Amino acid sequence: MNVNLRDPNTIMKLSRLGSFHQSRLSFLRSFLSEFKDWEYKRDLFDLDKNGYGIAIYSFKKKDRVYSLVCFANQIDDNERSDRVIATKWDAAFTLHDGIPQKKDIERLKNEVPRQEVGRLSYKELTLSRANKSVRIFDHVVDSLSKGVQPNLDLLKKVGYLYRTTAVYGSGKFGLADRFRIKDREEINGPFRLEMMLVYLVRQFTFDQVNHVAKNKNPNSAVNLDPKICKNLGIGNSTGLGMAPFIVNHPTLLNNWILCREIALKKIRELETINFKDSNLFKDCVRNSVRNITSWNTESEYQIKKIKLLLRDVRKFLDFVENEFDFKKAFPFNTLYLWLEKETCEECIEYIVSIMMEPFEEIVRPLIKKMSSDEEKYFNIPTNRTVGELLAILEKKYSNILTINFDKKENHKKFWFISKNKEEPRLADRFEEQGSDLEQPLAIARDIKKLYERLLLSNKFLKIDKFLVDNSDLRHVVRRAFIIEKFPYSEIQDNTISENLVPIDMLRLKLSFFGALKFDPRSDKWLRICMFQGAPLPNELKQFDEQWVYKS
Amino acid sequence: MRSLSEIETTSKRASRAVGFSWGVSEEIAKGIRLLELFGFPGIKNLNQYYKLINKKNFENISTINKKNKSNKYSLCPINLGVGILDQIRTLEKLKKITFYKVAYPILLLPFLSRSSDIIGKKILFKFEKNIFLLNFNVNILSNLLVKKIPIFAKKSEIIFLENKDNFTEKEWKSLYKLSENTFVEESESLKQGAAGAGLTDND
Repeated sequence: MNVNLRDPNTIMKLSRLGSFHQSRLSFLRSFLSEFKDWEYKRDLFDLDKNGYGIAIYSFKKKDRVYSLVCFANQIDDNERSDRVIATKWDAAFTLHDGIPQKKDIERLKNEVPRQEVGRLSYKELTLSRANKSVRIFDHVVDSLSKGVQPNLDLLKKVGYLYRTTAVYGSGKFGLADRFRIKDREEINGPFRLEMMLVYLVRQFTFDQVNHVAKNKNPNSAVNLDPKICKNLGIGNSTGLGMAPFIVNHPTLLNNWILCREIALKKIRELETINFKDSNLFKDCVRNSVRNITSWNTESEYQIKKIKLLLRDVRKFLDFVENEFDFKKAFPFNTLYLWLEKETCEECIEYIVSIMMEPFEEIVRPLIKKMSSDEEKYFNIPTNRTVGELLAILEKKYSNILTINFDKKENHKKFWFISKNKEEPRLADRFEEQGSDLEQPLAIARDIKKLYERLLLSNKFLKIDKFLVDNSDLRHVVRRAFIIEKFPYSEIQDNTISENLVPIDMLRLKLSFFGALKFDPRSDKWLRICMFQGAPLPNELKQFDEQWVYKS
Repeated sequence: MRSLSEIETTSKRASRAVGFSWGVSEEIAKGIRLLELFGFPGIKNLNQYYKLINKKNFENISTINKKNKSNKYSLCPINLGVGILDQIRTLEKLKKITFYKVAYPILLLPFLSRSSDIIGKKILFKFEKNIFLLNFNVNILSNLLVKKIPIFAKKSEIIFLENKDNFTEKEWKSLYKLSENTFVEESESLKQGAAGAGLTDND
């Protein structure tokens, strides 16, 4: 049986992309698999009694070493902010390429805590900072120092000791450009070094909390139970900064989604499923319900989504356990078609993610295809014709071409870069100033504009001639030729509509990171949790691949 | 040290700020990244050019011919570069193109470099005594070793080089002969048994 890849016009809608969940393809999970046989070490732990100072952690294999350099700082409570406008954080981190020498540490000590206003070098790969969840951190210190483990209900509500507020890589603030390291086998997957940083930061938070508790009461303090550590992750606050990324990297976006779609297609095409695999799938769905019921948020928008998800996952479980027979041919295809008919978008994508769990042999080869050599597709094929470009637009942007951009609600918002923080922002075109400096992120509107201009041009005109008088649309001409080859490279939605929910764009990216427990704090930023339930560094050599569903 | 990613992002934004479209700004940014990667002063020249762009007039040409003269002012290297890049498959047939009065000719280099890659041919770019050989966007060779790169080209030529060897047949044969010393002289039995195919393959 041949199952078609799902239609980009359905999958690339923002509401669908905003329903994606982590899977075996997610970057933090593939990072753990890649680095499971690397040697983990805590090289330096020089903190004072209050937990302030420097620590270094590393992963090593043969001659390659990656070192996380941590700087824990004292800040006042009123200086602690998750917003990008903050200038001080409880801790700041960088992933150094190799073993940092004394002079590197001295240099980093001055630069890393300053984050965006500091300067890193090509020897550093990623940069981040994090703030304590003060309520949780203080409670854990207090409990441990008294010789007791912390209140699990309280920990469960938050899920982490620290949350990062940004993780930078790929040349930002002087960090190494991707091209310098792109041929390294171990990082042949997107965001692998960012994942390494976050993972090692998680360990630092455990070591720091134990250290502070021990210093508070050396005679009675105990360490945080490793089982509790395992169920804590690292939080993250994410704002709009992440949103333009998926528009600005079309071939990369395509490869992420395409790999997911290929995995689903291959799983649906499996004629028979053995008992072990069907059981593993059912176990994961069953266990995952805990992830949904422990998903805390005050966002009404998310509460509604979670409620629907829980209802539909239970309905699905009931169907699978009481009505469905895995012995019938093409069981996952039948299940998928049932999901399409009976459940909400969030549930469809949730179960699609879990369908990958039993099939490492399908997923593993795809992980290596999730990067992209974007430069290869940058040139516009200017020898093509207007007629050919028109045909591409009609085929690949059919829904977008139906949007009426003369209506105010369809172009109400605009994206801009804030002068204060050089970060992307979204505003109302009709109420705020600045739309004359709009960023090129209104792809749907510009594609429609391109279409209208093409209709007025000679169909046999070559694109080089068309561009002479239509230079303002060059950016979308390039994109149209990219989508011709990469069907999932474009969001098939209007990113400047009045109804835009920007966190859908963030959720898409975060789901590929492997984030759990999306907690929108507004329509423009959200909190998430990463690595909750993941093996600790000393457990990496052998761990349960389905740890996500067992926290 | 600025990373190439920072160089690209800032060049793109600055280009947009002086009035180029986003699409053209993307092309410029890739170009400046390339110049800096290859060791040419891209940022410096772009900066100087953008300081003048709204004070002095520069000319644009839409269709490039064998000989191209500006009417009054110097040609804008960016408009010219984008034009060459877009029209390269047609221009290649002209074998040689001449331009008179080009401002900041170094800014043309990345467009020519990428063009060389598109047509799969080396391109020679000459102005006054300066020579640049664009090799399939892999590297740029130049005889220009002075720190100060000329900011104006009175007469410049672009020559499309046919793909041919950089060495003589005699030099090739000599090297090939040496390489033969790694081969094994085949005996009759090796001839019959060491290859995969049959001795006659008429079936």
